Amino acid sequence: MSTSDSTIKPGGPLLNQARARRGPRLSFIERVLIGVVVLYAAVLLLGPLAALAWSSLVDGAGEFVRQVTSPDALSSLKLTLMLAAGATIINTVFGLCVAWILVRDGFAGQKIINGLVDLPFAVSPVIAGFMLILLFGRGGWLTPIIDWLGIKVVFAVPGMLIATTFISLPFVIREVMPVLSQLGLEQENAAYTMGAGKLQTFWRVTLPAVRWGLLYGVSLTFARAVGEIGAVLVVSGGVSHLTETSTLFIFRSLDDRNYVGAYAMAVVLAAITFVILMLMESLKKRSEAVD
Amino acid sequence: MSASIQSMAPRRRSLASGAMGKWGLRGAAIIYLGFMIVLPLSAIVANGFAAGVKIFWSDVTNPTAFSALKLTIIASVIVSAVNAVMGTLTAYVVVRYEFIGKRLLNSLIDMPFAIPTLVTGVMLVALYGPQRTLGAWLMGKGIQVIFATPGIVLALLLITYPFVIRAVQPVLMEVEKGQEEAAYTLGASKWITFLHIVLPNITRALMTGSLLTFARALGEFGSIVVVAGNIPGKTLTAPVYIYGQIESQNQRSASAMSVLLLGLSFTLILVVEWIQSRKGSAHVHQ
Repeated sequence: MSTSDSTIKPGGPLLNQARARRGPRLSFIERVLIGVVVLYAAVLLLGPLAALAWSSLVDGAGEFVRQVTSPDALSSLKLTLMLAAGATIINTVFGLCVAWILVRDGFAGQKIINGLVDLPFAVSPVIAGFMLILLFGRGGWLTPIIDWLGIKVVFAVPGMLIATTFISLPFVIREVMPVLSQLGLEQENAAYTMGAGKLQTFWRVTLPAVRWGLLYGVSLTFARAVGEIGAVLVVSGGVSHLTETSTLFIFRSLDDRNYVGAYAMAVVLAAITFVILMLMESLKKRSEAVD
Repeated sequence: MSASIQSMAPRRRSLASGAMGKWGLRGAAIIYLGFMIVLPLSAIVANGFAAGVKIFWSDVTNPTAFSALKLTIIASVIVSAVNAVMGTLTAYVVVRYEFIGKRLLNSLIDMPFAIPTLVTGVMLVALYGPQRTLGAWLMGKGIQVIFATPGIVLALLLITYPFVIRAVQPVLMEVEKGQEEAAYTLGASKWITFLHIVLPNITRALMTGSLLTFARALGEFGSIVVVAGNIPGKTLTAPVYIYGQIESQNQRSASAMSVLLLGLSFTLILVVEWIQSRKGSAHVHQ
């Protein structure tokens, strides 16, 4: 209504922009396009999600609770969380080393290392598990060493940990690298100038500066690790309940036609990863606000 | 000048004292990547070719293996094509329009990244399984989803849903607003604007997203193993075929198929890297 509005000619860019933003003047075709996009997402994503939630509760909440608190379910959940935690710790510690080397350390093998980091995403999880069987199974390259050490890797928890670590390896590195390179050297150099040692500078300056990227990578790692099936299925061999993760519990429940058990545990896993996703979203906002 | 010298001196000292730390870090990183990635990959390639190229070839071209590979590639192509269209449309709609439910849609997009793929498969079984209401109704109409090819495609579509959207969305947001408005102002229709202004700008992102979809679909296991039924020659995909071969102690043919799949996805990743490395030069050109 003000004078500034009247100076804009009809059809001018500002008005078009406002039109595009507000949307009361959408044409029929545009409405159809929006409808198609929303419907597609609803049918593809929300439909199955709702069906899972509904099916898990179809025999009542009591049955749901009974299923996810059965000894097998609980021990599988415990193993899943332990494996995910282990893989996350390993990938965080070493991932920081790799990220630092790739960003800060100019040496010859950098390009090769940079290319290697993405490979776990290109490898099918089944193949990831199979590689470990070839390495540590009967006649494997590393079998003599682990026999000598007296460790069982394949068809046991250590193999499952290595498999989980492998499939979630790139996340921390890929999330920390851009933050680290954006950070630059100034703050670190300032710390050195004031007489701080390398380790002190890392703990007091570098780590706090990359913390949001790091946490983002850590949550992606954990979420991916919790949901892994292919690699773990191959390595665990499904021998005993001692090597049954929650995903394997679901897999076995489906085989045994214990559908409610499978649905209930699937809901629990979806809930865990969903919480992590929400956490990630808030971290993203937080880090953007910091910038 | 003097300031920079002042700051240099202590830095050099700390570098000298940190030389061991530096080599420690390099060593840790190399051992970690070598043990986790290089060694396992070498083992599988060595095993795949251990019996010679001829045996390798016959392993991947025996009827069951070949039909599994064919099914995997066809399903991946279909899914990449659908994603290219629907992903671009979704990204465009989310970036350009305001509508009810947009926020929900925007957070839904990332859902497949977070939810375990096995859970995705279970979700589909819960909706389309033969014992379920919808699944039974579709069966009555002669459409079988679970334990059939539609289930495989559906699972792959769900899992790769974000790839094209998240590749195209930032490009749409940043580059094009000004040009697009100029085209409208000059009287071009939305469709003409999209074809001539928007599409050329997002081509690279669209290709990247579609190729990543394809690579992801090739290796998918968790959801497929639940929904496909895994009938050899019919609904058995390559990754599930590998799993079956491992289970039946047939390591050689499992290795052969693994090497083939690895080769395919590495090639795709290299193509994606190449497309992205061209990005910089193209920007200068504009």
